[in-house]
Amino acid sequence: MARAVTPRRKSLNTALAWAVGLLIFFPILWTILTSFKTEAQAIASPPLFLNFNWTLENYAIVQERSDYMRFLWNSVIIAGGSTVLGVIIAVPAAWAMAFVPSKRTKDILLWMLSTKMLPAVGVLYPIYLLFIRLGLLDTRGGLVVVLMLINLPIIVWMLYTYFREIPGEILEAARMDGATLKEEILHILTPMAVPGIASTVLLNFILAWNEAFWTLNLTAVDAAPLTAFIASYSSPEGLFFAKLSAASTMAIAPILILGWFSQKQLVRGLTFGAVK
Amino acid sequence: MATQHSRSVARLMMAPAVILLLGWMLVPLTMTLYFSFKKYLPLRGGDLGWVGLDNYIRFVSSSSFWPAVQATLVIVGGVLVITVVLGILLAMLLDQPMWGQGVVRILVIAPFFVMPTVSALVWKNMFMDPVNGLLAHLWRFFGAEPISWLSEASMTSIIMIVSWQWLPFATLILLTAIQSLDSEQLEAAEMDGAPPLKRFYHIILPHLSRAITIVILIQTIFLLSIFAEIFVTTGGAFGTRTLTYLIFQRVLESQNVGLGSAGGVYAIILANIVAIFLMRIVGKNLDA
Amino acid sequence: MYLKNALRAATALTFVATAAAQAQSITIATVNNGDMIRMQGYTDKFTEATGIDVEWVTLEENVLRQRVTTDITTKGGQFDIMTIGMYETPIWGANGWLVPLEGLSAEYDVDDILPAMRNGLSNDGTLYAAPFYGESSMIMYRTDLMEKAGLEMPKAPTWQFIREAAAAMTDRDNDINGICLRGKAGWGEGGAFITVTGNSFGARWFDEDWKPQFDQPEWNEALTFFVEMMAESGPAGYATNGFNENLSLFQQGKCGMWIDATVAASFVTNPNDSTVADKVGFALAPNSEGIDKRSNWLWAWALAIPAGTQQEAAAKQFIEWATSKDYIELVAENEGWANVPPGARTSLYENPEYQKVPFAKMTLDSILSADPNDPTVQPVPYVGIQFAAIPEFAGIATQVSQEFSAVYAGQQTVEEALEKAQTFTAEEMEAAGY
Repeated sequence: MARAVTPRRKSLNTALAWAVGLLIFFPILWTILTSFKTEAQAIASPPLFLNFNWTLENYAIVQERSDYMRFLWNSVIIAGGSTVLGVIIAVPAAWAMAFVPSKRTKDILLWMLSTKMLPAVGVLYPIYLLFIRLGLLDTRGGLVVVLMLINLPIIVWMLYTYFREIPGEILEAARMDGATLKEEILHILTPMAVPGIASTVLLNFILAWNEAFWTLNLTAVDAAPLTAFIASYSSPEGLFFAKLSAASTMAIAPILILGWFSQKQLVRGLTFGAVK
Repeated sequence: MATQHSRSVARLMMAPAVILLLGWMLVPLTMTLYFSFKKYLPLRGGDLGWVGLDNYIRFVSSSSFWPAVQATLVIVGGVLVITVVLGILLAMLLDQPMWGQGVVRILVIAPFFVMPTVSALVWKNMFMDPVNGLLAHLWRFFGAEPISWLSEASMTSIIMIVSWQWLPFATLILLTAIQSLDSEQLEAAEMDGAPPLKRFYHIILPHLSRAITIVILIQTIFLLSIFAEIFVTTGGAFGTRTLTYLIFQRVLESQNVGLGSAGGVYAIILANIVAIFLMRIVGKNLDA
Repeated sequence: MYLKNALRAATALTFVATAAAQAQSITIATVNNGDMIRMQGYTDKFTEATGIDVEWVTLEENVLRQRVTTDITTKGGQFDIMTIGMYETPIWGANGWLVPLEGLSAEYDVDDILPAMRNGLSNDGTLYAAPFYGESSMIMYRTDLMEKAGLEMPKAPTWQFIREAAAAMTDRDNDINGICLRGKAGWGEGGAFITVTGNSFGARWFDEDWKPQFDQPEWNEALTFFVEMMAESGPAGYATNGFNENLSLFQQGKCGMWIDATVAASFVTNPNDSTVADKVGFALAPNSEGIDKRSNWLWAWALAIPAGTQQEAAAKQFIEWATSKDYIELVAENEGWANVPPGARTSLYENPEYQKVPFAKMTLDSILSADPNDPTVQPVPYVGIQFAAIPEFAGIATQVSQEFSAVYAGQQTVEEALEKAQTFTAEEMEAAGY
């Protein structure tokens, strides 16, 4: 990391990296800026960057039309619930795969990943019928389960790769000392795996938050999350760039903020075993 | 090393995850298979009896099938190439010493947090709109005729949008991999006077191969099923109808569940072919 | 004894309370257009008057269709009222999926609903959905630009005149396009527009044996005319323009003419949103010379109750409220007559206040001249002007319109698109068992 370089080279790196970073971030920045413009300013030619009259009216209009907090709360519950449930189910499985590997471990792992390839549209009818039968339509519980199942393979895989990085000698030593399985998991593995678990949780929270097929098709009112909220702003009549921007900002702001605060954890853990 | 006892405990620990996923795979799969052999038209009264392989034959012999397979592969392939190449360059850049590295990293990963529907809406309206879009303004500023992105360059546009969303993911994984590279080795090579390109080919790239395969594997899984980006932007027009989108049109727009289900089975087969192919590579890399 | 009675009373009370609580909330799936969003704003008045809470699920048109169709075909029971159109209503009604709208109150005056709308929302004489607003299509044009071009818009122009006028009004340097029309793929978007254009050139979707007719010269003529005119005078990238995109262009003063839904008239003449509000004239949708069918459609967004809902009575109450004369007056009082939901009731067009609205008469004339039972020059086996009311149509027409949009974007020729449309439609119709 801390390689010595000339100040000139460092300045050059900095300039280039910032330029690229801002370019990549620009669509989001532009959306946020536009959300504070009036509709007329939003389509002004040439485009207005900062020199416009900042207004909150778009947020007021959006809030008046749809109760943001309810959608937000559903998103939090559904994304959070499915992630927690997924981790609870995945930790033992990943542990077993990492520390008691058999010939078939890798096959099972890869098979799990292949279940993610089921095209959602193709099974909408079966799942919808099943949900009616089970009374799960428009319930948060139903969505928690579906999103958990969708993301479970990713969770298992991520955890598996972290657990594998924990050296087996530590475990053997603990076993020699007479540690039980429970102690082994609680006192030795868990602390070592916390960074990995944290980034798994984060990644899956993001994936669940952004899932837009099942969350839209299996909900109506009670369980509708932010993906359903945004579906009512996609093409209203007349000028709508500013309102669309406000609704978009509202839909992505919570996860963006969470992501930024936790990016260290996310970055540290997001390796999928890419690093040995 | 593992005892008989620990093996059975391990099996027990894996059981919930395996059983749940087995259920999640088998229940819809069985139902899809069941529907795929039926003439099932919800708007004409639902189940109209068994039709054998009719749906399967009809789905592949339809004039839209091969173009859809092709569109799927082009989008997946295009996004993979762009995200991997740019991801490597970006990761190498971010690995350099600089001021404000943390902030730059935040800027770079931000698109990953944006939901696909939102990113498609924002790109479609605020950037690619041929009249009021920012890109149109930019083109006009340089005296060029604005491009109607989503019709004239539909594939490019979709690949662009999706790549924007997935570039952060690729960059992050590749960055972690680069950071684990032994810097002494690099410095030694530098001392030996190896030119940068040679260092890249002989040291960095081999080191990244594992990370690259993983990026390809994970992204492929997600990219094969992209839907919102197409639904919002082109609605499948202008040659952007992927296999997933074709199934959507069969099931929801044409309300032909039998035909759509047969399409679903084909999509699963295609996904598995790709998966086996990928896993061969990854599997080798995981062992190495 | 006393205690027992008290308990019983309490139980009974709870029961009543739960029953009441259940009866007090209805869920409505609706589309996110201006009139529907305005209605949401007035829902409080309904709740105040009746004690019935209303939950809205507001979705973009395509998402809405996908969502309600899945729910109705699987009997999911997620909604007590669905916002559907003239295409869905007769098909769903025939399947027994909708509650017949019978026994409506006397003051609701069901006979006041425009006959064209009532017919379009009925199956076998039974009304299944109440129109919230109805529309046809007509020409909206800029009076100032027309004058500048030295032309005068006849009341009932031909396509040939429109093309000539469009070319004369086009001023590329000032970003003014002579004509803006829908090119966006989707059966309800560009698909609807090219279908009515086809009608006005003597084309049809199917012959009486349900054979697709895209291999006939009329389609070629219609599509070629459309593409050439748009190349001369249309906006760049019109292949992705739908109703909303064109509305926004017209409001910004970038279109000389726009042929689209009559409901747009109130948006383009509203000075709050439109920069050209005081310079808009109206005319009947054009026909090709010598063809006696005009290119105007007939559509209504309507409220229907899915069969099997627990809240039938409350839902009916809401529909009576939302599509009543009183609701029209409520909007008129608060937002002016120009903004009331149009095209649904005869009495509205007899109202002297409404007759002062500049587009009222043209809207009514357009609606009255559209006949879903006789949409084309040559006979057809289907009902519907910009659609054929069969379940397969939406899927087929969406794909066909995608092929046409590819022509508009310059990716294939008219002949290629028509050939693909013919093949594809034939495949689908065969698959459906025609």
